[in-house]
Amino acid sequence: MSREKRELSVKQHTVMKIKRRQPNRSRIVDFVIYFFLLLMAALMAFPLVFAISSALKPLDELFRFPPKLFAQNPTMDNFQDLFVTMGKSWVPFSRYILNTVFITVAGTVGHLIIASMGAFVLSKYDFPGGKMFFRIVVVALMFSGYVTAIPNYLILNSLGWIDTYMAIIIPAFAAPMGLFLMKQFMEGLPMSLIEAAKIDGANEWRVFSRIVMPNVKPAWLTLTILSVQSLWNNGATTFIYSEEKKTLVFALQQIQSGGIARTGQAAAVAVIMMVVPVATFILSESQVLETMASSGLKD
Amino acid sequence: MKEYIRKYFMLRKHNFKVAVKKAKRSKMCYAFLAPYAILFTLFYVLPVVTSIFFSFTYYNILESPRFIGLQNYVNLLLQDDIFLIGVKNTFLIAVITGPLGYMASFLFAWLINELPRWIRTIAVVIFYAPSIAGNLFMIFSIFFRGDAYGYVNALLMDLGIINAPILWLINPNYMLPICMVVILWMSLGTGFLSFVAGLQGVDRAQYEAGYMDGVRNRWQELWYITLPNMKPMLMFGAVMTITQSFGVCDVTMNLCGYPSTDYAARTVVTHLFDYGFSRFEMGYASAIATMLFLVMILCNKAIQSLLRRVGT
Repeated sequence: MSREKRELSVKQHTVMKIKRRQPNRSRIVDFVIYFFLLLMAALMAFPLVFAISSALKPLDELFRFPPKLFAQNPTMDNFQDLFVTMGKSWVPFSRYILNTVFITVAGTVGHLIIASMGAFVLSKYDFPGGKMFFRIVVVALMFSGYVTAIPNYLILNSLGWIDTYMAIIIPAFAAPMGLFLMKQFMEGLPMSLIEAAKIDGANEWRVFSRIVMPNVKPAWLTLTILSVQSLWNNGATTFIYSEEKKTLVFALQQIQSGGIARTGQAAAVAVIMMVVPVATFILSESQVLETMASSGLKD
Repeated sequence: MKEYIRKYFMLRKHNFKVAVKKAKRSKMCYAFLAPYAILFTLFYVLPVVTSIFFSFTYYNILESPRFIGLQNYVNLLLQDDIFLIGVKNTFLIAVITGPLGYMASFLFAWLINELPRWIRTIAVVIFYAPSIAGNLFMIFSIFFRGDAYGYVNALLMDLGIINAPILWLINPNYMLPICMVVILWMSLGTGFLSFVAGLQGVDRAQYEAGYMDGVRNRWQELWYITLPNMKPMLMFGAVMTITQSFGVCDVTMNLCGYPSTDYAARTVVTHLFDYGFSRFEMGYASAIATMLFLVMILCNKAIQSLLRRVGT
């Protein structure tokens, strides 16, 4: 490389650096902030890391003091023990897995379709009662599901859905969060897109399924993630009594509550239960954030 | 005056006619909304209404509900000491973890905003993971185990600060603070994601304009440019936080037991479950649910009107 060229590149580099650095930042505060951030991140991550490493520790290391953060001789023993314990359960363990997968898939698909349909008309058309309905949905965001737990039980009971999968799946269809996020995201779609499709002779359903849905991919991914998270972690203990209809989470919690002898297995259970929601989030992080950008509540 | 009233009603009638006509023309909209609307009414609106209705009755599922007026509320507030403990605990948890968690969500989102993209992604995952990690918070029961094998006890004994293990999760003095720590650890949830996304969406040109107009440091930038732009997300985050912090029960029930020693970790929701699903006094439980519902809605409205003034 010739000398001038190198000088030029150095110059360009410094110019870029100056441009990138905002004029009103002091390096000391920057340093303090990032140090603080690193510290907090370490604190937040500590229990997670500890749980994962506990799951990998052999028995003698689990009770060692002082505890080591990382397992010295990582093994999969705890997971193997867990499978042994699972094999001994009265209801075959695959049944629990099947239950959870069924509930999660059915609840998520239904929620996605129904909430998107509602969100589509609420965001793109002006019809009497629409705004009012959305306002009620926003109010529903403001109280947690515990408030409605008891009347919900009575309603499900009168529908005869207690102790069936329906008791978990159907209420999940109507989760207000999904409709809210979907509606806010669809507001960003240009109306001209829909009008163009209509002029080309598409009916409403076609507009919805062929034009709108492909364009809100980040939102439906987000809805899927949120729905999977809540359904996966659903113990379903209040609405389902039959052992063979209970979910994986319930079965795993039973193993977890086996006391001190099962410390290792309990850690393995916690890790298994964490992996699905966290992994789905990591895979879809950018899409979720794109959806969340339009999540604001305007009044 | 008469003329005025007549005109008013005419206008009303006219508006109604227009609405009906519009409604007739937008049948398609109702068809699309109907599946969601029906389910939503069935599982979100109707429960609130029935809950309010049952709160005025004595109802134990076996017999049909009997109207008893305000008796449930009177008993709840004047006779039920345990409920008052629950209220006290819930308020303590909400008042401490709510604002702290909310501010932490915003602070972390704001601090990681200027980091390069890949570091930001890692940071988001680390901060958000605890809130979706299922019951991983049970790991804290190993940290705070009551015998000398619990890590916190062992550490404190090693350092010579205490000489006998403390029963962290059984001693009423320590239960609530430990629960608060765990709740704070899990408090960076949906609101945090909304903040991160919102901060990314603030128009860069506004910052440039701010520099020209003499914004001197990052705090001024935060107050005059970032916060006003973030208002909708701040509202959304507040809703999420309030709903969560008044609904605390998972953490306290799993860590401190159900019922906990001296009811020291009882919250309103725990009390609700106790009466609803253990004693089957549905009327009484409905009264608890109704009060919780009212407090949540009122608190949300109050915080929203407060947030409207931010950055102006």
